[in-house]
Amino acid sequence: MIEKEVTIINNAGLHTRPAATVVKIASQYNSEFFIRKDGMSINGKSIIGVMTLAAAKGSTLELSFEGEDEEKMAEAIIEYFNRGFDEL
Amino acid sequence: MIEKNNVFKGIPAAPGIKIANAFLFKKEIEKVKEETISDTDEAINILNESLAKSKKELLKVFSLAVDKLGRKRAALFEAQIMILDDPVLLDKMRSRIREEKKNSEFIVKDEFSKYQNLMSLSDEPYMKERALDIEDIKNRIIRNIKKKKWKSRITDEEVILVSTSLTPADTVLFSRLNVTGYITNFGGLTSHAAIVARSLNVPAIVGLHEATENINNSDKIIIDGFNGIVVVNPDAEQLDFYQERIKKLYEEDTELAKLKDLPAETLDGRKIDILANLDMPEELDLIIQNGGEGVGLMRTEQIFQEYDSFPSEDEQEEVYSNFAQKLYPLPLTIRAFDIGGDKVLPVDVQEPNPMLGWRGIRFLLDNENLFKSQIRGVLKASIHKNIKFMIPMVSSVREVELTKNLIRECKKELINEKISFDDHMELGIMIEVPSAALMISEFAQDVDFFSIGTNDLIQYMLAVDRGNNIVTKQYQEFHPAIIRTLRFIITAANKSNTRVNLCGEMAADYRAIPLLVGLGLNSLSVSAPVIPHAKEIIRALNFSEVSSFVTECLKCKTEKEIHNKLEEFYSVNFSKSSKDFYSN
Repeated sequence: MIEKEVTIINNAGLHTRPAATVVKIASQYNSEFFIRKDGMSINGKSIIGVMTLAAAKGSTLELSFEGEDEEKMAEAIIEYFNRGFDEL
Repeated sequence: MIEKNNVFKGIPAAPGIKIANAFLFKKEIEKVKEETISDTDEAINILNESLAKSKKELLKVFSLAVDKLGRKRAALFEAQIMILDDPVLLDKMRSRIREEKKNSEFIVKDEFSKYQNLMSLSDEPYMKERALDIEDIKNRIIRNIKKKKWKSRITDEEVILVSTSLTPADTVLFSRLNVTGYITNFGGLTSHAAIVARSLNVPAIVGLHEATENINNSDKIIIDGFNGIVVVNPDAEQLDFYQERIKKLYEEDTELAKLKDLPAETLDGRKIDILANLDMPEELDLIIQNGGEGVGLMRTEQIFQEYDSFPSEDEQEEVYSNFAQKLYPLPLTIRAFDIGGDKVLPVDVQEPNPMLGWRGIRFLLDNENLFKSQIRGVLKASIHKNIKFMIPMVSSVREVELTKNLIRECKKELINEKISFDDHMELGIMIEVPSAALMISEFAQDVDFFSIGTNDLIQYMLAVDRGNNIVTKQYQEFHPAIIRTLRFIITAANKSNTRVNLCGEMAADYRAIPLLVGLGLNSLSVSAPVIPHAKEIIRALNFSEVSSFVTECLKCKTEKEIHNKLEEFYSVNFSKSSKDFYSN
């Protein structure tokens, strides 16, 4: 299992478009992917779940990946967070 | 007998008398009841089918007008589509149905509400908005589940539908089932339920305020669409009375049927073409059976209502072609999608004033691909050589030029693809905006025919929203300004040898027909059931007499004067006929 903390760096936060993109990236892999914030844990392959996360600029999320392709999955998703959802 | 306490009165919206059981249609989406079920497989099936249907609808919405709605909304639609595939959500809903044995709409509502509650707890303002967006998709799924259930509930037995109000989509849905009458709490004469009922020859009563309170499911109902009377659980005397009337009505219809093959020609030899308005495929047979001389207005947005969104080019070609073949050699006038205004817009755009907004040709020109798919569908079907094409809501010459450019473009494409079409397909425009009426001579140089849409013309001339109950009194069909405008349009059109037709409710008003003939129209387009009546009236008129009658009407200063003249003319000349069924 890989665990990693990420910070939201774009101005608009984790709004609908990046939420959809995160789920799309996650769905390309077989591993499990969870996002934890404020004690709430959300399945990262569930768009409606990710949409319930209010994550404004500056907030931090804990990501966890578990499964056969967890490394590749983690890499792809963390990179997308680090790029500020391509909105920088 | 009319005074008994089981008799209720509303606004008569479509004529006819029927006796059948009531079917109460309550559709408040927020009212989802928790029910325990036994057949969980069926419930899961219903859920799956409704999800698939919702996805199909959304995909079409999404492909449409995305650029017009902006990136934000486009992203939302995309997310909505993804929600319909959300593995976590779907697994949860399916397993809950299986384990808890609850109805699918309850589970959908309950699961979605959990997420909505989380969203609205947040301090972020956009999360509250998002909760509302989730509401959209939730309601779409629930609506589709309910539609499926409604459909399966109405079976072979004829029923009279009782509802608070009906959307065009509801009305179309029910018209395909065994609904033999409509009663609604709200709505006026021009509401969609009323228009659809008239065109299907099914009685309807609207504005019967407490219909859904006073009528229970499976009550026996008499609906008298001539007088707006509903009798709930009639006694023997009331049944006898109405059965006698139904018999008489049948005899009269048989009499009128004899007019089928006779032309609508005045006593002094002026021939008027009696065309039909077509909203639903089901009407085609009645049009031919009643001796209609073609279709003057095929409302494509209604025909495709069942698709919930825009049909593809091929789907369109199939429908148009099928109709054209059935009608051949009679003409089929296809009106381009008139979307917006009070007509269904498949995209949820909120406009402060939709009647003055994004509708008709404006919407089409802004959605070029959509418009082109229709033009190509129509052109492909035009090989039968009896198709005409008409564009709605035209307000300036530029719109016609742009449309003609698109038609040219489509023709070029088809030639390259080696697909044949009728190169001489006529193009016409609806005259329903005052600016188009004033510019009629200029338009005559650009188009092959005109069709006056009185419903909208009246609304725009008099600045009266026809859906607004508060100003119903101001919606005056026979306002002197309307009659003068009609005169202006028809005179100018005749001068330029451009044929002019009139569609709209006015043509279906028996009292108005002498006036319309006298104004010099070449054709009237009416709903199928009206065709024999219109023929009967015209065949009894003298063109020279109605011409001078029009001159008299044009001198009037108020609607009341014109109204009285029409009433008088009608009662002097047509005292018998179907007026018998109207018991004041």
